[in-house]
Amino acid sequence: MTNLKQIFSNKKAFIPFLVADDPNFDTTVESIITLAENGADIVELGIPFSDPVADGPVIQDADLRAFASGVNTDVVFDIVEKARQKTDVPIIFLTYLNIAFKYGYEKFCQKCQSLKISGLVIPDLPYEEHNELKPIANKYDIDLIPLIAPTSGDRIEKIAKTATGFIYMVSSLGVTGVREDFSTQLKNTIEKIKQATDVPVAIGFGIHSPEQAEKLSAISDGVIIGSAVVKIIAKNSANTQQDLAEYAKSIKNAISVKA
Amino acid sequence: MKEMEKETTPSRHYGEFGGQYIPETLMGELDRVAAAYNKYKDDPDFLKELHDLLNNYANRPSLLYYAKQMTEDLGGAKIYLKREDLNHTGAHKINNVIGQALLAKRMGKTRLIAETGAGQHGVATATIAALFNMDCEIFMGKEDTERQKLNVYRMELLGAKVHPVTTGSMVLKDAVNATLQEWTQRIDDTFYVMGSAVGPYPFPEMVHDFQSVISKESKQQILEAEGRLPDMVVACVGGGSNAIGSFADYIDDKDVQLVGCEAAGKGVDTDQTAATIERGSVGIFHGMKSMFLQNKYGQIDKVYSISAGLDYPGVGPEHAHLAELKRAKYVGITDDEAVDAFEYIAKIEGIVAAIESCHAVAYVEKIAPKMRKDQIIICTLSGRGDKDVASIAKYRGVNIDD
Repeated sequence: MTNLKQIFSNKKAFIPFLVADDPNFDTTVESIITLAENGADIVELGIPFSDPVADGPVIQDADLRAFASGVNTDVVFDIVEKARQKTDVPIIFLTYLNIAFKYGYEKFCQKCQSLKISGLVIPDLPYEEHNELKPIANKYDIDLIPLIAPTSGDRIEKIAKTATGFIYMVSSLGVTGVREDFSTQLKNTIEKIKQATDVPVAIGFGIHSPEQAEKLSAISDGVIIGSAVVKIIAKNSANTQQDLAEYAKSIKNAISVKA
Repeated sequence: MKEMEKETTPSRHYGEFGGQYIPETLMGELDRVAAAYNKYKDDPDFLKELHDLLNNYANRPSLLYYAKQMTEDLGGAKIYLKREDLNHTGAHKINNVIGQALLAKRMGKTRLIAETGAGQHGVATATIAALFNMDCEIFMGKEDTERQKLNVYRMELLGAKVHPVTTGSMVLKDAVNATLQEWTQRIDDTFYVMGSAVGPYPFPEMVHDFQSVISKESKQQILEAEGRLPDMVVACVGGGSNAIGSFADYIDDKDVQLVGCEAAGKGVDTDQTAATIERGSVGIFHGMKSMFLQNKYGQIDKVYSISAGLDYPGVGPEHAHLAELKRAKYVGITDDEAVDAFEYIAKIEGIVAAIESCHAVAYVEKIAPKMRKDQIIICTLSGRGDKDVASIAKYRGVNIDD
């Protein structure tokens, strides 16, 4: 397997997410490097899809900016290749299954391996269908990172047992009523996961502030932060890299305190 | 046709097509919907209630009408029209909505959400929500809300809230995205009434089963009228719900040709088309592996058709499978051909049929003259065309708006 699991071994991991080619090639390359140099333990890079049903409006807008810039799967690979000249930070891709399917699973995974991509997060590839890609990903030393949601219930055990790399814990549903016992429910879900596996659990969705990151990292092995990072990039100002660096440091600090 | 039967466990696939490619946040609920469906689909009380509503509320069975004028004019095969346009709410959509809404009630749900293209499925869902005293919210591409203003008002009249969807190309595909997102955010009290034979398992199977009433009836009706099965069954295909319902009971009757008519828009070979099976390639989207119009990187194409109900970049997985097995044939019908058929069937049979259905009528116009007089075609008229009158007038340069 890859080195992903080890990253969590003696610390809480900070995993920022950004969309490839948003708003252009060079910004993404620079941003990956900036995040890596300022505390990111893993960088999660989104390959845009025309119909991102699992993403909220902030990420959808980022996808549109990337499409305006002319993004496609090969461009994303070029971005990683360029970034790799400056950083060895572990990188994982978030994309939808059709992107990998149309590229050809074999060719896609081979290319990922050549760029030292450690894992894939594919929101529309649930446990029931994961054999479609998992054997091929494993062949190229790429972890298929499964998602577990508060609604997963009795699905948790079977998903956790086959997980490698880490588990992406979706933190919220946005449903009124769920948020009240938000952390209790998360804690319970993570306990269930931990009973089934020793694969680390990172929490994502809806985390913005260092305070939230600190709180959620206390009950998990790491935090994934998407929208807050994408919003900084969306401003597209002269200070983007500086703002990203400061933000990354603030999160890293917050989750390092008790680690 | 043993090879046509879905594998028993899991019954989630049609050959290589189908499946459940949907975010984990919805998988638990999909499992519950599938379990509930499998529990109730053969339950006598459920079926009794379903058939009672179909017959006493939705006006079933629908007529199988012998189109004598059309038959004589075209001079070939005998043409029968399966009149789904005469159902309550004016289309086949109600068959499936009654079934799914009854299931939702059994599951304790109090709120129905649905996507709609032309508005027929939205109207049917809003209608049953009113009847069952359930909350109802409909997601409709903004462009379609403009093409189909009458249906928007009709849904509101029935008590539904209509959300114009402003993402993407603002048509049916985007309405499905928005409805899936809404479902992700609110599962507890909400049931997604999928309108077409698309999406993750169990939706394609439920839609197949609830729409199969069309072919079960037509088979009995044609046996009564002619003493034999038809030579050909023709229906229009967007996602493919009326077509799968029209084909279902004939799939094992190998001598019955099945023809699905896709929307070719400005032409199958142009980029303004929605002819998925002819022009598309295998892909994974909206919860299913099927055929899609997409670019080489797997980005879903913008599609085009004059018909808001066929304006969809994918097709139900069972159709993709039937096409692969060559059990059914899929042909493209252009806007021009469909509009000509809209006018033709109005003038010759006195029937104003939905522009979607007129894609099937256009094919019948082409094929019937080439068939023998002792042959029989059943063509499904999936809906009535009142909703299309304004846009067809506009297509012909007549402005009757305002």
